[in-house]
Amino acid sequence: MPTATNPNKQPVIQDPACQAGSDAELRFQQKVDNDLKIEPRDWMPEKYRQTLIRQISQHAHSEIVGMLPEGNWITRAPSLRRKATLIAKVQDEAGHGLYLYSAAETLGISRDEMIDQLHSGRAKYSSIFNYPTLTWADIGAIGWLVDGAAIMNQVPICRCSYGPYARAMVRICKEESFHQRQGFEILLTLSKGTEAQKRMCQDAINRWWWPSVMMFGPHDEASPHTAQSMKWKIKRFSNDELRQRFVDMCAQQVKVLCMELPDPELRYNPSRGHYDFGPIDWQEFHQVINGNGPCNRERLSARIRAHQEGQWVREAATAHAAKQAAKLEKQVA
Amino acid sequence: MTNQQNWPLWEVFIRSKQGLDHKHVGSLHAADAGMAMENARDVYTRRQEGVSIWVVESAHIHASNPEEAESFFDPANDKVYRHPTFYNLPDSLKNM
Ligand SMILES: [Fe+2]
Ligand SMILES: [Fe+2]
Repeated sequence: MPTATNPNKQPVIQDPACQAGSDAELRFQQKVDNDLKIEPRDWMPEKYRQTLIRQISQHAHSEIVGMLPEGNWITRAPSLRRKATLIAKVQDEAGHGLYLYSAAETLGISRDEMIDQLHSGRAKYSSIFNYPTLTWADIGAIGWLVDGAAIMNQVPICRCSYGPYARAMVRICKEESFHQRQGFEILLTLSKGTEAQKRMCQDAINRWWWPSVMMFGPHDEASPHTAQSMKWKIKRFSNDELRQRFVDMCAQQVKVLCMELPDPELRYNPSRGHYDFGPIDWQEFHQVINGNGPCNRERLSARIRAHQEGQWVREAATAHAAKQAAKLEKQVA
Repeated sequence: MTNQQNWPLWEVFIRSKQGLDHKHVGSLHAADAGMAMENARDVYTRRQEGVSIWVVESAHIHASNPEEAESFFDPANDKVYRHPTFYNLPDSLKNM
């Protein structure tokens, strides 16, 4: 029997009998094991839903807050070409936020609720965006390292078990590749410039390297939810696996720039077939995650201000729509 | 500070090029159809992904129930003879 419920937004009401170990849960896991996608109105364990809501909304918030550090340089981009590409990149990030918010909404949370969670500090976003962009070279370093790390994280999510998230991610990954390339091109240009430009390039790499390495999250032994997320195919690789790939990739790419990564312990280990690297300062990571990074307060207040200043636009749009609808009704009548 | 409460959800369908079907690409919030269309253009076709857009208010879509999919689609299960491969014909027969 066809139902008139909104095909995406309204989740199926959970059958109380469908608890862990139940038939429904077994069937669900079987689907996941067989690489079938879970769609919004399919039955799913409540914890799967909650885990996805948390992950997708955090991801959306990161895209949105991530516009701020780069937006800082749009008006000061060194040429029209650089300005146009930076605007396009930042606009893409806004789009990524929107794809992800609507993917999260299919799980039954509203947009307003998510925005509220962000503005009240209950929801987190990637800690990387709490660092300042001090020079133009930072825009290059963000594109190369931060978008590079994001791509490394996001490509496996294209095969995530939850359909709307996976599809949003396919779109996002397609768009991301230009982000990384434009960043690398900025650094490459600086690396061939004056002594001062070379120093600026190295300085930006120095400041963005470790925060980027931290973007993959805590070490595997310190991330207790990984096993469950892997079983549900929300996650395909562990934090440390992805981090290692990122380090290996950057250790090679930095040579093209004739620059260095700020890690004296970084060296290729032929027995592992990977680069070894130095210890990560997890204290810094937790400081930033818990709100005490260099720009946490600034980022959040900028978001809240933007939202408040947009209030009249939203109200005007609603009023306009109501007026148009009333006009139409009159014509019909 | 709620704001989008009155902004309905719209499903967006895009024809990627002339001659192809419109395909569902995602959803967005907008106050009315005109604004939904402009939002859809900015969100889903920044790289010339489309030549035509449909927006439909999500509330107007009726969907089959996934819980009943098995019985709902059951009538087609035992009718393999609807496929050309069902018929045994000699290899010597060409172009059929
Ligand atoms: Fe992005
Ligand atoms: Fe990006």
